[in-house]
Amino acid sequence: MLVAAFTWTEFAQQIAAGVRQGAVFAGLALALVIIYRSTRAINFAQGEMATFTTFICWSLMNNGLSFWAAFPIVLAIAFVGGIAIERTIIRPVENGPVITIVIVTLGLALLLNGLMSVIWGGGNRPFRGPFSTRTIDVGGVPISVQDIGIVVVSFVLVALLALFFRFTKLGLALRAAALNRESSELVGVRVGWMLAFGWGLAAVLGAVAGMMVAPILFLDPNMMQVILLYAFAAAVLGGLDSPIGAVVGGLLLGVGITLVGRYVGFVGDVLKLPVALLVILLVLVVKPNGLFGRVAVRRV
Amino acid sequence: MSALLQLDGVEARYGPVKVLHEISLEVGRGELVAVLGANGAGKTTTLRAVSGTVRRTGDIVFDGSKLPRRPDAAARAGIAHVPEGRGTFSELSVWENLRLGAYTRRGSVKEDAQHVFEYFPRLEERKNQQAGTLSGGEQQMLALGRAMMARPKLVLLDEPSLGLAPMLVKEIFDRLERMIAQDGTAVLVVEQNAALALAHAARAYVLEVGHVVVSGPSEELRENESVRRSYLGY
Amino acid sequence: MKLKFSLEVLGLVALAALIAVVPSFVSSFTAYELATVGMYFIALLGLSILTGYSGQISLGHGAFMAVGGYTTAVLTVNGVYGHHMRDVWTIPIAGVVAGVAGLFVGIPALRLSGLYLALVTFGIAVSFRQIPLKFDHFLGGTSGKLLGLLQTPFGLSASPNDWIYYLTWGIAFVLLVVAWLFVRGKPGRTLKAIRDSEIAAISSGISLARYKTLAFGLSAFYAGVAGSLYAIARAYMNPDVFPVVLSVYLVAALALGGVDSFVGLIIGAAAIYILQNRADDVTSWINRLPHVNLNAQRPGMPDVIFGAVLIVVLILLPTGVGGALRRLFGPLTTRLYSKS
Repeated sequence: MLVAAFTWTEFAQQIAAGVRQGAVFAGLALALVIIYRSTRAINFAQGEMATFTTFICWSLMNNGLSFWAAFPIVLAIAFVGGIAIERTIIRPVENGPVITIVIVTLGLALLLNGLMSVIWGGGNRPFRGPFSTRTIDVGGVPISVQDIGIVVVSFVLVALLALFFRFTKLGLALRAAALNRESSELVGVRVGWMLAFGWGLAAVLGAVAGMMVAPILFLDPNMMQVILLYAFAAAVLGGLDSPIGAVVGGLLLGVGITLVGRYVGFVGDVLKLPVALLVILLVLVVKPNGLFGRVAVRRV
Repeated sequence: MSALLQLDGVEARYGPVKVLHEISLEVGRGELVAVLGANGAGKTTTLRAVSGTVRRTGDIVFDGSKLPRRPDAAARAGIAHVPEGRGTFSELSVWENLRLGAYTRRGSVKEDAQHVFEYFPRLEERKNQQAGTLSGGEQQMLALGRAMMARPKLVLLDEPSLGLAPMLVKEIFDRLERMIAQDGTAVLVVEQNAALALAHAARAYVLEVGHVVVSGPSEELRENESVRRSYLGY
Repeated sequence: MKLKFSLEVLGLVALAALIAVVPSFVSSFTAYELATVGMYFIALLGLSILTGYSGQISLGHGAFMAVGGYTTAVLTVNGVYGHHMRDVWTIPIAGVVAGVAGLFVGIPALRLSGLYLALVTFGIAVSFRQIPLKFDHFLGGTSGKLLGLLQTPFGLSASPNDWIYYLTWGIAFVLLVVAWLFVRGKPGRTLKAIRDSEIAAISSGISLARYKTLAFGLSAFYAGVAGSLYAIARAYMNPDVFPVVLSVYLVAALALGGVDSFVGLIIGAAAIYILQNRADDVTSWINRLPHVNLNAQRPGMPDVIFGAVLIVVLILLPTGVGGALRRLFGPLTTRLYSKS
């Protein structure tokens, strides 16, 4: 069952690759958690939203902008887009059954996927990311600059968000709106706009995840579907209502899946995805709150 | 001088059920007014109509202007609502709860926090503790403190004595009276404990099944035996 | 209600007559198209039992169709002990295999409500295609398996297209009657009780677990049959025949058509057919509009329209188009499930 050849150097490389994967999962999982905390629903369109904004980045770069010039523009578009989506199609259904919200997000996913096909065509294309693919020597282990870059960008983003939530008035209001709607209204917080802001933030997180992963996966309309499943697994593992859980879950899953895929011969590359599904199933059945979650999950 | 708060023919419903029927009442500046009545009489709904957290028809005039029906409008106008059950954010710290109380105010709130800590020193001790770990009495103080952070003109207080030991209740009402005297805040308090409320309030309204059945100065209501027996339970 | 019962029986008889007669009026190719619509109809029928009656959601029914399709492919191509099965006989086996898979999913599903079940079943839809990639010598990997071309068996005189039409709609009719009996009978009423209030159902002693799991198995059986027919008709099977998006289409069609409206299921099946199999034609058709010039090589427009329609309908009509139709036309609309 286990693969024979093992070197510490390769193990370190696998860990590095796992951390990089985990960073991407964590970003998208954090987006899912932010929306789940405020809207109680899972946004099945998170992946397509991320891919869509990545396509916008691609178009901007095709029109002469460098990646880092396009980056803030894409984030701004993603932010506004997320807010717009919440205010137009989520707001009418957000007080109804969760399943309705889910199906609306599914409709959104279909719409965005088709739209990407119409505007940019199906099939994949290369995406020139901001980091070079050469490797540098880290303590005797060759690690790709791109992996480091992705992890650093994700880390900075998550840190900024954490600071925002903890130390700003708006961040506090966002947290309050997600925790206790009525009390938030009583102190004058406009809960509706807080929800919209959350969707905007989630869209930004998704955009970053998409732009980080596109150089590796090649950009096509279906690029994020598989990552979305990994993000679901990371969010469930960490606890659907826990931002810390999303980050920790993402990293654990990224490293775990990479190691299992490399060292458990039966799984290999092919069965990594079913392993992620297994994680979701096991966590939801055995410990539905995940590692850090707190919300009560209704059992039959 | 016109009243600070004026309700005129206000009605409210939960779905198809009408809960308030043509409620009219007044609260003057710096006045402590009580709303009394049995369970289900519509006392809590009256407060919610003022803070905009229930759908209502009819006019509410606050500080000279018509009050819009949105919940954040009431908060911005200077109305602080302490709901039944305190409404504290249990997962946030004491300090964060207070900070949220001042949400509608701009600029630094350090002074306001100091003011609150003068009234409730125990809150300063527990500044960084999670609000959910506080005792019932402390949570009530926190809820009041949060309301004070907004420097409101009117505080809506729903069942402050619920679940608290009598000594604590006395402490809270003492603070309330100090707040009214020092800051000129008006208070509209809903209480099931009619005797307690009448001991502190200037005036009171008695509700029954969504109607105002009796109103007047507290001494009058206290001395009226039939009123006491029929509506106030003592 | 006697009147409703007679109306429904009349409706079923009329449907049977309609099915029998249609091929004489349409081209051979149209019969083939209608057969494909019938396959989606069978899958939707199964899903409606699951969602409409036991209140469980599945975003992964495409995977059960794939189980059916692969079962048929393996039995006809690889054969059993050297004996290559005839395609027709594989259909019930494919259904049973898919049904068993459904039972396996139905057991953990008991512990998962709404949102979490949607997550897990979505995961099944996305990760299922890894199975044929892993067991590629058996299941054909990315290139899949080629079945024998569609042929009319037993020396019957119909064309292959007509044959698949009658086979599909014959099975669809039988499964429809089965569903109808199931729903009117004890299992159906039990499931309806569960859907309306699980707590009340438990306290009246109904074995919740048994019925909910059964519903999963049954709906998977239907999907497996549909998948099997699809593989027979197309004569090939690979991991991309039943993609993730198909599972989404199935749930969306149900949401649009309303879970217990027969007309809704038919329209839903037709919509899925257009989206899944005729997307490029829709794009060409749209191009006929003035000032519109869509690239037919990029057939995303039908998805855009369908997604938009789904969103708008859900916002405006929470019970779906079928539900709204039923409210408008009352007893006149042919209804599959009666209100007991």
